[in-house]
Amino acid sequence: MSLVDRVRALLGDDAVDVATTPDGVPRVAPGSPDAVALLLGTAREEGWRVRVEGAGTWLPADAPADLALTTRRLDKVPAIEPQDLSATAEAGIGCDLLRQQLADGGTWLALDPPGLAGRTLGSVVATATAGPLRQGFGAVRDHLLGVTFVTGDGRLVQSGGRVMKNVAGYDLTKLAAGGFGAFGVIVLVHLRLRALPRADQTLVLEGSREDLAQVAEDIAAAAVQPAAHELMSPALARRERWMLAVRFAGSAALVSAEEAALRAASGGRFTALRADEAHALWMRAAESFATRPVTFRVGGLPDSSDELMDLLQHQVGDEWISASPGIGAIRWGGETTVDRLRRLRRTLAGLEVPLTLERAPWPVRAAVGHFGAYREGVGPLVAGLRRTFDPGDALVVAVEGTE
Amino acid sequence: MTGGGEGGRGGRGESLAAALGEIVGARHVRTALPERITYARDGLPTHRRVPGVVVLPGSRDEVVAVVRLLAALGVPFVPRGAGTGLSGGALANDDAVLMVLTRLNRILAIDPRNRIAVVEPGVVNVRLSAAAAPHGLYYSPDPSSQTACTIGGNVAENAGGPHCLKYGVTATHVLGLEVVLADGQVVELGSPGGEPWGPDLVGLFVGSEGNFGIATRIRVRLLPVPRAIRTLLADFSALRTAGEAVSAVIASGIVPAALEMMDQSCINAVEDSVYAAGYPRDAAAVLLVELDGCREEAVAADADTIAGILRAHGARDVLSAADAKQRERLWQGRKKAFGAMGRLSRDLVVQDAVVPRSSLPDVLEAIGRIAAAYGLTVSNVFHAGDGNLHPNISFDGRVPGLKARVDQASGEIMAVCIAAGGTITGEHGIGLDKLRYMPLIFDGDALAAMRAVRLVFDPLERVNPGKVVPVHACREWSGVRSAQWGVRSAADRDRSSNSALRIPHSAFES
Ligand SMILES: Cc1cc2nc3c(=O)[nH]c(=O)nc-3n(C[C@H](O)[C@H](O)[C@H](O)COP(=O)(O)OP(=O)(O)OC[C@H]3O[C@@H](n4cnc5c(N)ncnc54)[C@H](O)[C@@H]3O)c2cc1C
Ligand SMILES: Cc1cc2nc3c(=O)[nH]c(=O)nc-3n(C[C@H](O)[C@H](O)[C@H](O)COP(=O)(O)OP(=O)(O)OC[C@H]3O[C@@H](n4cnc5c(N)ncnc54)[C@H](O)[C@@H]3O)c2cc1C
Repeated sequence: MSLVDRVRALLGDDAVDVATTPDGVPRVAPGSPDAVALLLGTAREEGWRVRVEGAGTWLPADAPADLALTTRRLDKVPAIEPQDLSATAEAGIGCDLLRQQLADGGTWLALDPPGLAGRTLGSVVATATAGPLRQGFGAVRDHLLGVTFVTGDGRLVQSGGRVMKNVAGYDLTKLAAGGFGAFGVIVLVHLRLRALPRADQTLVLEGSREDLAQVAEDIAAAAVQPAAHELMSPALARRERWMLAVRFAGSAALVSAEEAALRAASGGRFTALRADEAHALWMRAAESFATRPVTFRVGGLPDSSDELMDLLQHQVGDEWISASPGIGAIRWGGETTVDRLRRLRRTLAGLEVPLTLERAPWPVRAAVGHFGAYREGVGPLVAGLRRTFDPGDALVVAVEGTE
Repeated sequence: MTGGGEGGRGGRGESLAAALGEIVGARHVRTALPERITYARDGLPTHRRVPGVVVLPGSRDEVVAVVRLLAALGVPFVPRGAGTGLSGGALANDDAVLMVLTRLNRILAIDPRNRIAVVEPGVVNVRLSAAAAPHGLYYSPDPSSQTACTIGGNVAENAGGPHCLKYGVTATHVLGLEVVLADGQVVELGSPGGEPWGPDLVGLFVGSEGNFGIATRIRVRLLPVPRAIRTLLADFSALRTAGEAVSAVIASGIVPAALEMMDQSCINAVEDSVYAAGYPRDAAAVLLVELDGCREEAVAADADTIAGILRAHGARDVLSAADAKQRERLWQGRKKAFGAMGRLSRDLVVQDAVVPRSSLPDVLEAIGRIAAAYGLTVSNVFHAGDGNLHPNISFDGRVPGLKARVDQASGEIMAVCIAAGGTITGEHGIGLDKLRYMPLIFDGDALAAMRAVRLVFDPLERVNPGKVVPVHACREWSGVRSAQWGVRSAADRDRSSNSALRIPHSAFES
């Protein structure tokens, strides 16, 4: 029996779509977590290599594989609990759809990941791509109460739970968040929500990068506590010059007090945006990264942000940059080569700053890897974890690269 | 290892002790039974294990040397901080070495610009905030035991505290770790700024209860000390109303720094003690709500909003602390509540479970029914804002049959919490105490996955053996035997044992 026939027999005719992938790899869309488990269990037996796709476009769907597993039919939202500020959603739900459903209940997932609004929740978790709101609300992992994932050999593993605190057993959720799918396919996510902020205000300031970096520092020194505090390159902000965008979200009293503090700390130089302008700004910034062939993030110390941006400018250019100086996180987008990425990663490693490749065409991913080299002694641990969760090497993920 | 267990000590245990003494100095090795017995419990009275030998290394290098020695000898060991844990996690059997880390108590760096501190694991939680205070910073996770517990123990348990509602539990604040693995290899996890370096192994380590190795350096985030604080005490004439008020506050969108509940039994225990805080004794429950931030006017306005919500949801009275002194008094009662309850009877079991916040009213009533059915005194003092319950059972362990009843009641309370969609521990961990409940919330695959992960870090399961994962309940994992799951091959292990101190194998077998 051919692979396609075999999968049809397992999951039904409508689960397989042979025509759509650009590289002719059959695309399989299981309709439930159990179906994912069945498929991966069979893949293990048959020795099939599987690539995982959400909506299929944040990472180009180009990894060499025998089949592509897409989570797009795992799009149910079994529970939204406004009273508990928690929700349970399947991994294939588009973030935009989820956002709408949450808003209907007066709740909010305080994550603004890069990419198009329709990218899947699972891909955000798998790649741990947080956006500017990380400044005020934390990294992707801080929004997760638990996940269920399917290992490379088809076991359903639940970790965490759906309550606010949980220390029962080891926290495998942390492996799923940012594991790039190397430890399994995320099928279900339990989320920590917030109440929709009563007030949400964005203020912007344009100027040279140096000038804005100084303003950013003054703001931090004045203990202004923004939800987002983002330094964006001109191309990203679609302005002539660099832009510092500051966002406050919370109660009306909090937002107006913080806004006043910001004005005081910056000599009143910021301009407040209208709600629609602010929405457009943050949306565009997020989407812009999906139009660049390569994006990566680096994480340094807050006081090294400027130096790191100089380094990026020097080695790979600084056309598409979004930096959160308050937490030392920088996201870069653009065109570059394997050699440049490797050189940059080596330089950064010397500064103890990790570079995580978020998206790139397969040849670049395969060569450079999402993570590249680890710190001493960590490689064998990661290899052991991969062997544990994907013993047959079924999941095609460029974790380390080939250097 | 020590020959006749608690009764006497064989010569072979002595040669291990001598070898340990060569590393850490003889006075930092405890072999006499009365000394070892002082380490036989943690903060939970229901479990007791007398360790074979107790060793107190004084530096990271000594930890490494001790771990290598024990690896070469194949001796299991248990890391221990201050021993305030509430799940029996820091107990070692007679055949194991207990490694007490309280001498590793240096604060290595405070970087005010980046709001980061680097500490050794034995630093007592509250000391770090004191050291950071001159920079206007503090370390946010504040377990009620913070004047005694260590940051190493906090990391291992992923400890929480009243103020974790707004600022997050320990995991949120740990940026990087230096870990000594079971074979003595030292690895650095994470990066200075906190971005994971590869998969999030820091996040994985936090809460692993000492099963993945010993944390010898901990890099944490500090926060600016809030400039404005409002502390409210709301009292209710019914437990249910208080529970409902919690949900209303959460739904308001204002996130209090802390939202704690105490029931009448707890209130009276506190008021009868030296920590009397002026809580109204006739209240069925009080809520202690704190708001904080950097803007006086915003915190004041938010506090008014919350006070209004509390009144609208049945609070008889809402008191706002007039000054820092009154605030401290209100908190003192809460933070010392466990101590105060300890006076109610000879023994106290501090329980820990989490439920969805909206089910608090029902679950609290169910706990009351269970207490009545078993004829036990259960007092509740807990992190209501997170739905993190601490039903505490006071009893006298000398009364025949009472311990069994406490056990049964605890089991029923857990079952109620699980049925409400909750979990069996929110901050105290599994340790020994909750092993039996693990199969109630995780299936065989999930448990097997946890065990397989542990084997990656500790292939021979020598670090804190017998804790967290009930091995009997694990499904077989991929038909791979444990030795193959390990990251380091047998050859690697041989190499590490060759480089360790050479002690003949017979020296440690009793
Ligand atoms: C030029 C261009 C045009 C685009 N046009 C569109 C458009 O018209 N419409 C549109 O919707 N999007 C479009 N996008 C993509 C869009 O920007 C989003 O980035 C996209 O939706 C990303 O989400 P995803 O779910 O597709 O992630 P994916 O790319 O599918 O996944 C990202 C990574 O996460 C892993 N992963 C995903 N889900 C899981 C899981 N459940 N468990 C484990 N690992 C997982 C994948 O293996 C992969 O490594 C476009 C992108 C580009 C570059
Ligand atoms: C009165 C009282 C109030 C409490 N209140 C709270 C509270 O509000 N919130 C809360 O979360 N907990 C609370 N606790 C529980 C306890 O204080 C915490 O679990 C604390 O984190 C334990 O720290 P410790 O130093 O005492 O660790 P120990 O009890 O010595 O050890 C706990 C666990 O950590 C492991 N361990 C210790 N150090 C290391 C290390 N360096 N590397 C690896 N593993 C290590 C041990 O093996 C053990 O498994 C309370 C306890 C008491 C007695």
